[in-house]
Amino acid sequence: MKLTRSFNRSLWAFHFNSGSCNGCEIEIVAAITPRYDPERFGIKLVGTPRHADVLVITGPVVKKMKDRLLRVYAQMPEPKVVMCVGTCGISGGVFYDSYNLEGPVDEVIPVDVYVPGCPPRPEAIIHGVVKALEKLERIQGGGR
Amino acid sequence: MSEGTGRKAPYIIPIGPTHPALKEPVMFTFEMEGEMIRDVDFAPGQTHRGIEWMGMRRNPVQIVHLTDRICGICGVSHTFAFARAVEQIAEIEVPERADYVRTIIAEFERIQSHLLWAGVAAHELGFDSLLHLTWRVREQSMDVIENLTGNRVNYGIVQVGGVRRDIVPEQHQIIEDCLATYEGLLSKLLSLFLDDRSIALRCRDVGVLSQKDALELCTVGPTARASGVNVDLRQDYPYSAYGDLDVRTILPDQYAGETRGDVYDRIVVRLLEVGQSCGIIRQCLDEMPAGEVTAEPKIAKLLAICKKASGEAIGRVEAPRGECFHYVRMEAQEAPHSWKVKASSYSNLMSWIPMLRGEQIADIPIIVASIDPCLSCTDRVAVIRGERRDILSKEDLHRLSVEATRRLQA
Repeated sequence: MKLTRSFNRSLWAFHFNSGSCNGCEIEIVAAITPRYDPERFGIKLVGTPRHADVLVITGPVVKKMKDRLLRVYAQMPEPKVVMCVGTCGISGGVFYDSYNLEGPVDEVIPVDVYVPGCPPRPEAIIHGVVKALEKLERIQGGGR
Repeated sequence: MSEGTGRKAPYIIPIGPTHPALKEPVMFTFEMEGEMIRDVDFAPGQTHRGIEWMGMRRNPVQIVHLTDRICGICGVSHTFAFARAVEQIAEIEVPERADYVRTIIAEFERIQSHLLWAGVAAHELGFDSLLHLTWRVREQSMDVIENLTGNRVNYGIVQVGGVRRDIVPEQHQIIEDCLATYEGLLSKLLSLFLDDRSIALRCRDVGVLSQKDALELCTVGPTARASGVNVDLRQDYPYSAYGDLDVRTILPDQYAGETRGDVYDRIVVRLLEVGQSCGIIRQCLDEMPAGEVTAEPKIAKLLAICKKASGEAIGRVEAPRGECFHYVRMEAQEAPHSWKVKASSYSNLMSWIPMLRGEQIADIPIIVASIDPCLSCTDRVAVIRGERRDILSKEDLHRLSVEATRRLQA
């Protein structure tokens, strides 16, 4: 298999929990552990948004987390790509009528890649990361 | 640093709500003296989604999918507890086979949750190869759960009145293979975690919770058991199929000969419970009676039964983290009149304070993780009033509680 140009550099992701049920969290961790092992392509989770290329957001953005999400987003260096993992971040999901939501995520910050599912499978999350990588390459090349 | 006295003045370290050491948002404020934690305060409520409020606007069949999503790790425990409460109110008799299927799924959940925790604990200790090993073996239980329920997480198998899928004979072999793997692995896992010198150095006598504190703070589940408190709902208040099974509380002195109530003992209890769960599942498979798996397969009929029901009940289930408690009150309406969830982590969070006092900064991540906190289970309320902090005394809480009861009775 010939790898695409997207794999020329490694990609670091920062995971932000905006009020999720932990379902997506454990699938994200499952996605980086040995069965899938995306670290062989340089994809890994980092501890600070300042080192990250991709912001992986889970959860429907509850009131208390909105400001924190905006701050984390602002702390990330350009070029950056935002990935929204899980149905509740995309549309509210089962929490659609809650009084405590500021979301969906794309009403708070711009989102580039959506990964639907409640929670999505690890394969879907990795597929989303590859899409994010492609988008990052396009942004760097001057396109959108 | 203050001059002359040679003592460092206390200073404050805030950790959270978003921090690499925390898997979920929670805000800690540490009062430090040098490297030592003098005092600690924490503020949960950062992941409050208003689930109970939403539930009081939905019918029980819809709520079952909401309870799955209270917590992604112990989803079936919440659904199980809620369904048991509603079944008592509506006087629905759950078929015996459904009880066994529920028990099997609940025990698989315990296996995957404890392995998940063991991996996270290894990660917090900086032992990442062990994290990857435990998560690799955890995948097999996820495969079996997916095979049995159709989903890896948020299983959606428990329904009011029973379960939505039966376990067919072809699946027995898959379950048996998985159990055999784990039983073979258990001694390896125990020796990797418990005979390792660096793990023992980091965990022995760290984050100690005495039996007295554990009782006074009403801790539940493995956190209480690691401090020598003999509590396990499966033994003390057998529900579902547990009445037919022989479940005995696992205490750390069964392995190490003594109970110290430290982080090490919490690892012991959780790892031994993986083996116990394998035994329970095997016993369930052997003794599972034939028959229906749901009291009422037609959803419309089930809703009609629930709509007529009135009364109140509690559902209690031993979740992987401890007792999970649901109170439901129905008043012959489509949606419950009131619904209260008390997750296991809610009872355990307070034990952080005696555990963390007097410890080192470097031990914060492992001590915080050692109770297996689940904030998404716990956060039933969020106080949003600018920067003001409210501290409620016991009397204030009692008054608020009396007022709430009057409101409900009015």
